[in-house]
Amino acid sequence: MYIYNSQDQTLVNQRVAQFRQQTQRFLQGDIPPSEFLPLRLQNGLYMQRHAHMLRIAVPYGMLNSKQLRMLGFLAKNYDKNYGHFTTRQNIQFNWPHLEDVPDMLAHLASVEMHAIQTSGNCIRNITSDEFAGVDAAELVDPRPYCELVRQWSTFHPEFAYLPRKFKIAISGCRDKDRAATWVHDIGLQLHRDDQGKVGCKVLVGGGLGRTPVIGSIIHEHIPISDLLSYLEAILRVYNRYGRRDNKYKARIKILVKALGIDAFKSQVEAQWQTINRDIMRVPESEITRLQSHFTNPAYLILPATCDSLTQGLDRSSEFKTWYEVNSLPHKQNGYRIAVVSLKATGVAPGDVSGEQINALADLADTYSFGEIRVTHNQNIVFADIKQADLFSFWQDLVKYELATANLGLITDIICCPGGDFCSLANAKSIPIAEAIQQHVEQHFDQRQLGSITLNISGCMNACGHHHVGNIGILGVDKKGKEYYQIALGGSSDQDAAIADILGPSFEQTEVTTVIDKILKLFEQHRQTSETFLQTYRRIGLEPFKAAVYA
Amino acid sequence: MHNQARGGLLKNRIFVNDNVSANLIAFADWQQNANEIENTKQQGVILPGDCEYQAYINQLLKLPIIAVFFEKFNDGRGYSLARLLREAGFKGELRAVGDVLVDQLFYLKRCGFDAFELRADQRQADAITALDSFSVSYQAAADQRQPIYQTGP
Repeated sequence: MYIYNSQDQTLVNQRVAQFRQQTQRFLQGDIPPSEFLPLRLQNGLYMQRHAHMLRIAVPYGMLNSKQLRMLGFLAKNYDKNYGHFTTRQNIQFNWPHLEDVPDMLAHLASVEMHAIQTSGNCIRNITSDEFAGVDAAELVDPRPYCELVRQWSTFHPEFAYLPRKFKIAISGCRDKDRAATWVHDIGLQLHRDDQGKVGCKVLVGGGLGRTPVIGSIIHEHIPISDLLSYLEAILRVYNRYGRRDNKYKARIKILVKALGIDAFKSQVEAQWQTINRDIMRVPESEITRLQSHFTNPAYLILPATCDSLTQGLDRSSEFKTWYEVNSLPHKQNGYRIAVVSLKATGVAPGDVSGEQINALADLADTYSFGEIRVTHNQNIVFADIKQADLFSFWQDLVKYELATANLGLITDIICCPGGDFCSLANAKSIPIAEAIQQHVEQHFDQRQLGSITLNISGCMNACGHHHVGNIGILGVDKKGKEYYQIALGGSSDQDAAIADILGPSFEQTEVTTVIDKILKLFEQHRQTSETFLQTYRRIGLEPFKAAVYA
Repeated sequence: MHNQARGGLLKNRIFVNDNVSANLIAFADWQQNANEIENTKQQGVILPGDCEYQAYINQLLKLPIIAVFFEKFNDGRGYSLARLLREAGFKGELRAVGDVLVDQLFYLKRCGFDAFELRADQRQADAITALDSFSVSYQAAADQRQPIYQTGP
């Protein structure tokens, strides 16, 4: 993974000093709350329902064991001993005190971490594909390019006060999009041209929130050497012309829609001509330097089959289930990708205790070259596990209650913190997730149901990505009471789609019954090995509507 | 002794007095006479952050001073405007006026501003600290012509 040089380290150290001084001035009354707001937000610090929340950046989801142990330390000493992995590959602590935050940031800086631009109206953490570098089908490993964009966007002097937040995701596969690039302010899909040179397709104006939009293609191929100047042109047009009169109309998607993609593109192109592209051109040497941080770990030459794995599979049917559901093929013979689900029933999706964080660090050191990745589905990837180690890895997971076998199944729910924690929420989301998990476990064989994404957001801000769930649930407020709107058919993959709203919303107690009816109807209509999404696309919304509102 | 002074005009890292801001011409008024260069070249103009200045760029480039007015400190349009003026070749003084806070100074400087008229309540001692917040930057901007990857560590 990327290792800081002296300049990277200097920047995070100086950021800590800057925020320490700003916090002190705020506490002395020298900065009014409204003017401290963007300063604390650009250091990841929110005011929540009960306390402050600190969101820490995990650039494109990569963490090493040393960083994990630091997160475990922070959880224990500054939180109620747990942390929450978010839908943008970050981690949040829900109970820090403002006065302690500069110290927390200093601890983070000591392990090459920070909370820079994890909130506020600026360019946020760059997100990517959690299987970067280990998926055999990948065209380009996106991580060096993520780091390139991370550095360009960090403390970009021109784009710290944008009309609204700005999210960039980068992926490097043709047929699979695990980074949800179609629903980001900018999505970059890396590919190679005829000469094998890396470039990317640029998508713009996608997003969720109140107005969900699938992004538009603004450019089919930007060479990597010109990527930063092109991004700068897009951001400049947005900074100058994005709406600032209404925060709900301030995202770039609204500007792109208002102008139309063609007019927006010609403004960007005109801007691009005026920027000094020669100076900004990224030299091959820089790409090589960044790539050198993401080379293959020291893989052993192993056979494709493995006796000890076969024995483990014969020994334990629980292991067999976990293996089949939560581990995936690896580009390297003799290795598997293993995904640790943070979606155990009864635990808030994405939540981990301090002990579990430390356990993840130990497991990373023992089994996976000391690194893990956070996924936007709020799970944890161990990217490089020897097949021969899988059984003992799984036994260790069982010990720490991390062996839930539901990756990609309906109980692998994406869920925001909701009304239990978040001051923006209209409704609770965590209890809904739990009720659905319990119901499905009792009444269905979820492996039989196959791949289904179920996403829950506690309000229109859509942190739980409900618009792009195969089943999406949105908490709404009706005269002070919590209701839930259900939508079907969303996807955040290459075939990205916004889910269709089923109809009038339901009370909390009705939600599981509705999900039950939806799943039963799916089972009735499903043709051999169809996924939920395929069946839905074939039969449409009407049969579901009829079944639910009958 | 600790400097408790507030507000003021910061240029070249020191606080100075001049009466320029009082004599700046609003862009809307200046536009009317922009083509009579002889009359206007000694005067400065004050541009709003959302200014559509492009039609007047040649006349603007001849001015000794352009001020950009920040109606609200968190309106980022003035930053892009400053960079556009510098990229177009403006060599005169670029002055940030209006809701100018010490915590904006580092980014303002990087975007090409070289004079800062602080809001009256802003402490001068904090301003100098803020200008020096970071000793390195990743990106090219108005103050650092080359991005970090062109210069190397």
